[in-house]
Amino acid sequence: MSEPAQQTQRPYRPEISRLWWLRRRSYVFFVLRELSSIFVAWSVVFLLLLVRALAQGEAQFRAFLDWAAGPWVVALDVLTLAFLVLHAVTWFNLTPAATVVKLRGRRVPPRAIAGGAYAAWVAVTALVVVLVVTR
Amino acid sequence: MADTITLEVARYRPDRETEPTVEAFEVPLRRDWAVLDGLNHVKDNLDGSLSYRWSCRMGICGSCGMTVNGEPRLTCATFLVDYAPGPVRVEPLANFPVIRDLVVDIGDFMRKLPEVSPWIVRGEGTSVEEGEYLQTPEQLADYSQFSMCINCMLCYSACPVYGLDPEFVGPAAIALAQRYNLDSRDEGADVRMDLLIHPEGIWGCTFVGECTRACPKGVDPAGAIQRYKLTAALQSLKSFVLPRGPR
Amino acid sequence: MRADHDILVIGGGAAGLRAAIAIAELDPSLRVAVVSKVYPMRSHTVSAEGGAAGAFASDDSLEEHAYDTVSGSDWLCDQDAVEAFVVEAPRELLQLEHWGCPWSRQPDGHIAVRAFGGMKKKRTWFAADKTGFHMLHTLFQTSLKYSEVARYDEWFVTQLLVDDGRVQGVVALELATGRIAPITAKAVILAGGGCGRVFPFTTNANINTGDGMALAWRAGVPLKDMEFVQYHPTGLPFTGILITEAARAEGGWLLNKDGYRYLQDYDLGKPTPEPELRSMELGPRDRLSQAFVHEEEKGRTIGTPYGPVVHLDLRHLGAKLIDDKLPFVRELCLKYENLDPVRELVPVRPVVHYMMGGVHTDIDGATPLAGLYAAGEVACVSINGANRLGSNSLPECLVFGARAGRAAALYAAGAADPGPSVAALARDEERRLTSGLRDRTDGRESIAGLRTGMQQAMEDSAGIFRTEESLLGGAARLRELQERSESMAVDDHSRAFNTQVLAALELSNMLDVAEAIIAAALRREESRGAHQRLDFPARDDESYLAHSLVHRDETGAHKVEYLPVTVTRWPPGERVYGR
Ligand SMILES: Cc1cc2nc3c(=O)[nH]c(=O)nc-3n(C[C@H](O)[C@H](O)[C@H](O)COP(=O)(O)OP(=O)(O)OC[C@H]3O[C@@H](n4cnc5c(N)ncnc54)[C@H](O)[C@@H]3O)c2cc1C
Ligand code: SF4
Ligand code: FES
Repeated sequence: MSEPAQQTQRPYRPEISRLWWLRRRSYVFFVLRELSSIFVAWSVVFLLLLVRALAQGEAQFRAFLDWAAGPWVVALDVLTLAFLVLHAVTWFNLTPAATVVKLRGRRVPPRAIAGGAYAAWVAVTALVVVLVVTR
Repeated sequence: MADTITLEVARYRPDRETEPTVEAFEVPLRRDWAVLDGLNHVKDNLDGSLSYRWSCRMGICGSCGMTVNGEPRLTCATFLVDYAPGPVRVEPLANFPVIRDLVVDIGDFMRKLPEVSPWIVRGEGTSVEEGEYLQTPEQLADYSQFSMCINCMLCYSACPVYGLDPEFVGPAAIALAQRYNLDSRDEGADVRMDLLIHPEGIWGCTFVGECTRACPKGVDPAGAIQRYKLTAALQSLKSFVLPRGPR
Repeated sequence: MRADHDILVIGGGAAGLRAAIAIAELDPSLRVAVVSKVYPMRSHTVSAEGGAAGAFASDDSLEEHAYDTVSGSDWLCDQDAVEAFVVEAPRELLQLEHWGCPWSRQPDGHIAVRAFGGMKKKRTWFAADKTGFHMLHTLFQTSLKYSEVARYDEWFVTQLLVDDGRVQGVVALELATGRIAPITAKAVILAGGGCGRVFPFTTNANINTGDGMALAWRAGVPLKDMEFVQYHPTGLPFTGILITEAARAEGGWLLNKDGYRYLQDYDLGKPTPEPELRSMELGPRDRLSQAFVHEEEKGRTIGTPYGPVVHLDLRHLGAKLIDDKLPFVRELCLKYENLDPVRELVPVRPVVHYMMGGVHTDIDGATPLAGLYAAGEVACVSINGANRLGSNSLPECLVFGARAGRAAALYAAGAADPGPSVAALARDEERRLTSGLRDRTDGRESIAGLRTGMQQAMEDSAGIFRTEESLLGGAARLRELQERSESMAVDDHSRAFNTQVLAALELSNMLDVAEAIIAAALRREESRGAHQRLDFPARDDESYLAHSLVHRDETGAHKVEYLPVTVTRWPPGERVYGR
C-alpha cells in the first residue's frame, strides 16, 4: 500500500579492500594457510618425482639429487617446509579444540592435550633423526 | 581524566548518500558509561537521527553489536574509559550489509538458522505426562557452553571466511547445531551432519579462531566447529571401512 | 477480502512464541504469524534471570502454590485463574524441558528447584541464572521447526484495525524500509510485554514501552489494575540492571549502612544464617522495597551519586556456589560495577520491574473486544493481583500464552474475513504516520525531553509510596506533556530504520499508559500490595477488593471502573511473612 522502497534505499555493501588480511595477525595466518595448499601440493609432487627417479635406477636418481640441490629447488623446498610446519602447528593447536578427553569425569585441560601432541611430535622427530643419523 | 571523549561514528543514510561517512561527537566521559551510553547521549541531545539497535543494556539480548576501534564488541558492555583519551571509532559490524548508520542486515543468519535444525529431534518422543527426560549435571555440562549464544553476530563479523564467502554457514549456527548434537535428549545428529558436511558447512572453516576471541559469552564456536569436524571425519572413515555397517 | 493470516501474534517473547507454537500444534493448516519490533530472541524475556515456578517437587502441592500466589497478590487476583495457572505451570515447564530448555538438574538427573521470594516451598525451576534467556531461545528455536509460523521481524505495530466490533488486523511499520502496511487477520493476540520504561529507573529493556497496552486501550479495551507497579528490591544503581532474587534465595543478605539485616525491623521474621522460606530476604517484593524507603528515612542507607543504596552481601556463599548457581550475577557485577560479589558487597536499590496490570482478559486470554486476545506481561488475567511473586511471570507467559493461542485458534476458525473498510482505516493510519509525523517539519518538542519529563513525573508521583497530592501533581504534569507531545520535533524524515519516528511512537504509547497508571492509582483509596497510599495506609476490602478498569471515554480521557475479584477458596486474610 505504501509505495515501494525507493531505489536509493539500498543497503550498503562494504567493499573488501585488497589488503584486508594485513589488519590482524590471525588473518595473515589465515591467508598463509590458504596459500599453503600450493606448497603442500608441491611437497607431494616432489615426493612422487623422487619415487619415480628411484624406480628408474641409480643414474636417474643421481640426476634427480643434483637437480634437487639446485638453489631454486632448495629455496622452494625450504619454503615448503616452513608452510608444512605452519600447517602442522595449526593442526596441533586445533586438537584440543576438537577433542574432549575426560579423565575421571573432568575435562582434561586443552593445554595438556596440545602439550601432549607437541611432545609426541618432538619424540617422533627425534626418532627419525636418530634413524637417519645412525644409519 | 578528561571529562569528554570524542565518538567518531559511521553514518550511512541510504536516501542521502551512497557510502558511509564519519561524524564526530563530543560526549561526557564517565566512569560507568558504556559506548552505548555515549550513543544514547548523542541521540537524545545532539542528533536524534542517529540509528542503532539496543535493548537490554545488560549483555544478553544481543542487539548492540558494533565495531569499536576495529573490534567487534557489544557496545553496552564496552566502556568508554577503556578508550580514553579517545577518539573512539564506532562503526557497524563488518561483513554485513549496512541498512542505516550502525544498523546491519542479519537476515542472512536468520535464514541459515533453521537449516541446522536447532531444536530437539527425537524419534519417538515420550509425552510430557511421563515426566522429564533425565539429564545429569555432567550431561548438561557437555553442551551448556554452546547453549550460551546470544546471536549477537560478533563472531560472523570477525570471521574472514564469512567475509569472503557469505554462503558459509558460520560460527554461531554451527555451534548451535553442536549444542543440540551434544544434548543427551537429542537424536538429530545425523540429520544435522548431512546438512553440515559440505564446503560451506564445517569444512569452510580453516581455524582462524577469531570467532572464539570475539565471542562475549565464551561460547567458543571455533572449538565447536573443530569438534564437529573430528566427528565428521571419524564418521566418514567408519562408513569407508564398514560401508554397510552401522553409522 | 481474504485475511493475510488466520491469527496474528504481536510479540515474539515467551508469551507470543508460546501462543504461536500452540496454534501450530493445534492445527497446522492455520496460517499464523508473529510480528515483533525486535527479532524474537531479543525480546525482553531474554533478561529474566531467576526462574519459573511450578509445583513439581514431591514435598510440594498445587494448593500451596496457589495459596502463596493468592496471599502474595494481597487477595487481588482471580482465584479461578490462579487455580488453572498452578495446574498448568508444571506441565508447561515440562513441555519446555522436552523442547530442550537446559534446566538445572539434581545429581540424579531430575529437575532442580530453588527457593524464591514469597514462596513457602522450593518450586522455582531455573537454568542457572539465565532462565529467561534459555526459555526464550528454546521457544524461538523450537518455533523454527514449525515452518508454517510466518514472521514479521522488526515490524512495529502502530494500530489495531477494528471495525464492525471486531479486530481485523493491524497496521505495522517495517523498520528496515519504512514501509507501512496493513496485516490483516481474523484474530490478534497481543503479547507485547511490559511498560517499565515509563519510569526513569527500571530493570526493563529499552523496548518495554507498553505498546500493547496502548494499542488495546485506544481500541476501546480497558486496562486492568494499572496502579500496581512492582519495584524489585535489588537493582544495580545507575544501570538498573537486576540482581536476581535467586541471589537472596541462595542465601544472600540485605544490609544497611551499619551492616545490619534491617528487614527484621519490618515484620518479616528473624534473621537466620540459612535462608528461611517466606521470611526476611525471602519476603515478597512489595514489602522489601517499602522497607528500603523506611531505612532511607531513618538515614540508614548509603549515599551514592546515583541515589541511596543498601548492600547485598553474598560473600559468605563462597565462589563455588556463586559460580554454579549465580554465574550471571557475578558476570554483571564484574562488568557493570567493577566489583566481585565473592569478596565485596553489592550496592542495590529498589527499581521498577514489573507491571501487574495490563490489558483486561478472561482466563482464556480473551479481551472484551471480539477477536482480540492478550497474554504475558501485557495482559492482566489476573493471577498477580496487587503484587506478583517472583518467578510466577515466566510460567504465566507459557500457561496463558498457550491458552490464548488455543482460544484464538478456535475463534478464528469460525470468524469472518476482514471487511472492506480496513483498507480505508489503514490508509488513514498511514497518513497519520507519514504526513502527521515522519514528514512533519514544524514540531518543536524534543522527544528525549518529553520522555525524561514523563519518567520524572511518574517517579515523583507514583513511586513506592503515593498520596492524593502527589498523584494529582503527576496527572497534571502528564496532561501537559501529552499536549506538548502533539508537537514532537522529528528531524529525521528518512525511511530506512528511522529510530526517531519509532521513539516518537513509543513515547505516545508510554504517555497513554502512564496516564492510566495515575488514573487508577488516584481512584484506589487504600493500600494494597504494591499500591501504598500514605493518605490511606490500610487495606479496604469493603470498597476495593476489586479490579480497577481504565476505559477510554468518548473524549479520549481515562475513566476508571471496578470489577469484583473472583474468590474461590481463600477468603481475604492477613498477609503473614516470617511468623
Ligand atoms: C530483568 C528481569 C528479570 C526477570 N526475571 C524474572 C524471573 O526470574 N522470573 C519470572 O517469572 N519473571 C521474571 N521477569 C519478568 C518476565 O521476564 C517478563 O514478565 C516476561 O518475560 C514477559 O514476557 P512477554 O512475552 O510478555 O513479553 P516480552 O518478552 O517483553 O516480549 C514482548 C514482545 O512484544 C514485541 N512488541 C512490543 N511492542 C510491539 C509493537 N508495537 N510492535 C511489534 N512488536 C511489539 C516485542 O518485540 C517483543 O517481542 C523478569 C523481568 C526482568 C525485567
Ligand atoms: S557464538 Fe558468541 S559471538 Fe557468535 S553470535 Fe553467539 S554469542 Fe555472539
Ligand atoms: S543492549 Fe542487549 S546486548 Fe547490549
